[in-house]
Amino acid sequence: MHFAIETQNLCRIYKIRGGKKTEPKELLALEDVNLQIRHGELFGLLGPNGAGKTTLIKILTTLLAPTSGSAIVAGFDVVKNPEKVRPRINMVSGGESSGYGLLTVRENLWMFSQFYGIPSNIANQRIKQLLDIVGLSDRINSKSSDLSTGLRQKMNVVRGFLTDPDVLFLDEPTLGLDVGASREIRHFIRKWIDDDQTRTLLLTTHYMVEADELCDRVAIINQGRVLACDTPATLKHRLQGEAIYRMEVSPLNGTNLQDFESIAGVHKVTHRAQDGFSILELILAQDDVISSVVNTMTAGNIHILNLQKREPTLEDVFVDLVGKSIEEMESDADIEST
Amino acid sequence: MRATSLKPFVRSFHLAAWLGWQIESNWADPFLFAIYSIIKPVSAAAILVVMYSVITHGNFAAPIFSYIYLGNAFYIFVGQVMTGISWAVIDDREHYKTMKYLYIAPVHFPTYLLGRGVARFIIAAFSVLITILFGVLFLKVQIDLTEVNWLLFFVSLMIGVIMLAMMGLILAGVLMLLVHHEFGIGDAIAGALYLFSGAVFPLEVLPTSLRWIGFVNPITYWLELLRRSLVGQVAQAFPTLSTLSNMQILIILITLSITFTIISGYCFRWCENLARERGLIDVVTNY
Repeated sequence: MHFAIETQNLCRIYKIRGGKKTEPKELLALEDVNLQIRHGELFGLLGPNGAGKTTLIKILTTLLAPTSGSAIVAGFDVVKNPEKVRPRINMVSGGESSGYGLLTVRENLWMFSQFYGIPSNIANQRIKQLLDIVGLSDRINSKSSDLSTGLRQKMNVVRGFLTDPDVLFLDEPTLGLDVGASREIRHFIRKWIDDDQTRTLLLTTHYMVEADELCDRVAIINQGRVLACDTPATLKHRLQGEAIYRMEVSPLNGTNLQDFESIAGVHKVTHRAQDGFSILELILAQDDVISSVVNTMTAGNIHILNLQKREPTLEDVFVDLVGKSIEEMESDADIEST
Repeated sequence: MRATSLKPFVRSFHLAAWLGWQIESNWADPFLFAIYSIIKPVSAAAILVVMYSVITHGNFAAPIFSYIYLGNAFYIFVGQVMTGISWAVIDDREHYKTMKYLYIAPVHFPTYLLGRGVARFIIAAFSVLITILFGVLFLKVQIDLTEVNWLLFFVSLMIGVIMLAMMGLILAGVLMLLVHHEFGIGDAIAGALYLFSGAVFPLEVLPTSLRWIGFVNPITYWLELLRRSLVGQVAQAFPTLSTLSNMQILIILITLSITFTIISGYCFRWCENLARERGLIDVVTNY
């Protein structure tokens, strides 16, 4: 069976140069990534910042050479035949305001369509349709430098879909967009895939809801390794035998998370401090373990404000696999970098 | 809608030229742009004229003045063409952040960069024309239009511009490997080559150990041919290539230009591959 995207033992190591006298450090960004993405599939890569998602997209879009392994996109090897891959793909990166500020929205989009050899009349028609869909048609003749970051991003999204590629790569497409705009874009992405089964879309995100809502299959990636790959339902089913609780409690006064983790039957605990209270997410072996958790809280003089049992989410799957939530990992990374 | 044969090359060049012109001409209103395009070259020439005037006590009628003036005027092409092509790498990567989208498009990238240089070439041609007109009208630069060897002029101009474009492509390849932006690298290299091209003084003035740079620099032969075609009667004012005929210089220029074309093709491909290996194609340093 031919796949729209197929990678075999894909590795990427970055060499980070220090000073003149120090040896370059090596950073393993991808390690033995094996993925097979079918035609017509909306495939999600889910992971925290720095997990290797963007590196993988860069390799698949011919921007970056892998250190080892191979990758086939739209039937062609990205290293051996990049010029054959390029007419068949496109990419959109979120959270950036790219584009030629001196050109209007229409000129920017028209120019990119021409690089792909789309006849001008068809390109203009598509530009109008797509701008309508993302709610940008009233700014078609505005210089792109006059657009806000969010509107520029919408223009960028249109640029990606404009060429109607066989394989489209969306790298955090809703990053920096407001809730309404994100919803519109997500709706459009799903429709674009459903309208034509020959299209394939690889989406990276660190928004669990986005992956859950949109993707046919999801690969969870962390520190360059794919930890799990399946449909969102199947991934969540892994936790079906476990009990998942969300608790809002008074601030944890000196009570260490390890006090909870050491309770028999507690698999994972994550903690988020909020303004005046704390949120605990607990993955328990079974429901009756919650009584031991409550007892520990009472002993620690922690007040329970809210207790809720809920269905597993992709976030829980991530926590189960990695041991921390994406939010915790990113906040740890922020602390390390400062 | 798949790319075939020569179409990607033509498309890449045509669209890049259009884009380059939009960028170069749209930063100011047309009137200001026209004024700038006239004042800039005339001011640059005026500096040379003042220096010459001080040294020679205003002897503008001497044949050497025309020779120096024309060398300086045509040298405008060097900086503009080389910078126009190479600067597109920094501009697209750092400023507009479109480099990665262009790179993954079915674009022939070197052709795209050559196309981006077209606008600067047009502006440079306009500047050269203005500078020469200014010289003829106000500074007694001796050009007799009936004596001009037009065939030699246009042939050497065309070969020279292609040669400069190839040098610009080498520079573009190098810029792909530089993580930090280099604002004036094109102008800096053009400035360095200015000393080794016989633009304003003969190569004999240089120390013997450095003179060879001028002799392997194709710009030296290009400027000589342009000057000979316009003011052939005063060619003897510059001793450097006086023993060579026009045809001999043309052959040297063609040979060096072909050499540079081959080198630039390999060099650009090598730099591009290295940039792709190092992950520098779309690097943004947020300068």
